[in-house]
Amino acid sequence: MTTMKRRTFLKGTIAAGVVLAAASAGLLRPARALAAEWPEGAFESRGIQEAIKGLYGASDLTPSDAIQIKAPLQAENGAQVPFAVSTSLPDVKNINVLVEANARPLAANMRVERAAGFFSARLKMAKTSDVHVVVRSGGKLYTAKQHIKVTAGGCGG
Amino acid sequence: MARKMKIRTRTQEGMIEVQVLVVHPMETGLRKDKQTKETIPAHFIQKISLYHNDALAVEADLGISISEDPLIGFRLPTAKDGDKVKVTWSDNKGETGEIDTVVEG
Repeated sequence: MTTMKRRTFLKGTIAAGVVLAAASAGLLRPARALAAEWPEGAFESRGIQEAIKGLYGASDLTPSDAIQIKAPLQAENGAQVPFAVSTSLPDVKNINVLVEANARPLAANMRVERAAGFFSARLKMAKTSDVHVVVRSGGKLYTAKQHIKVTAGGCGG
Repeated sequence: MARKMKIRTRTQEGMIEVQVLVVHPMETGLRKDKQTKETIPAHFIQKISLYHNDALAVEADLGISISEDPLIGFRLPTAKDGDKVKVTWSDNKGETGEIDTVVEG
């Protein structure tokens, strides 16, 4: 019993040492080291793939029918486009909303602790665009999108 | 001065939905003042958190593609009438705010 504990302790110490070494070598970016920090790199990204990669380190997305988007097909005012997403995927950890044609596509990165796989907000849309949703569930990234036609821009004209 | 906020709860698809509105400019930092031609500094909410009976239920990082005066909705599958819900937010200039209410489906 004592030996086991000592072994676990040693393993933990070695693992912590590796993390520290990696952090000091600059291999871990602050956004990953501190989960609660605002992921600046992802929000500054100019493309969808880049933003997703910035959040998860990977961008392999699987299209899913289990993600429902509720948004207008056409928006008269791109400054306030109502958008809601819900998913029946199990064990949802994150929901992301990205407006493809915007200068900075990532609109939101939601982290679930004990809430439903649901998020709603009003989006700014500079012009007609696909709006993508990415859901992280069971360690995989699922995606769905909707095309929204904008008849008047949303970024201050 | 604290920014104006509104919170409400309602039942949607068998769950309690919490909607919160924060009166906030959500400036992108990409716009220029039409007269002076100077860039208007970014000023936007970066984080919004929902607590259900004092435990963190969900948190969202927000970017500049969220509209002015954000209206954000979350759903709580285990919430019931009388539970306490609280929303807090913070922006890129260090401003913060919070509002709470009691669930009323």
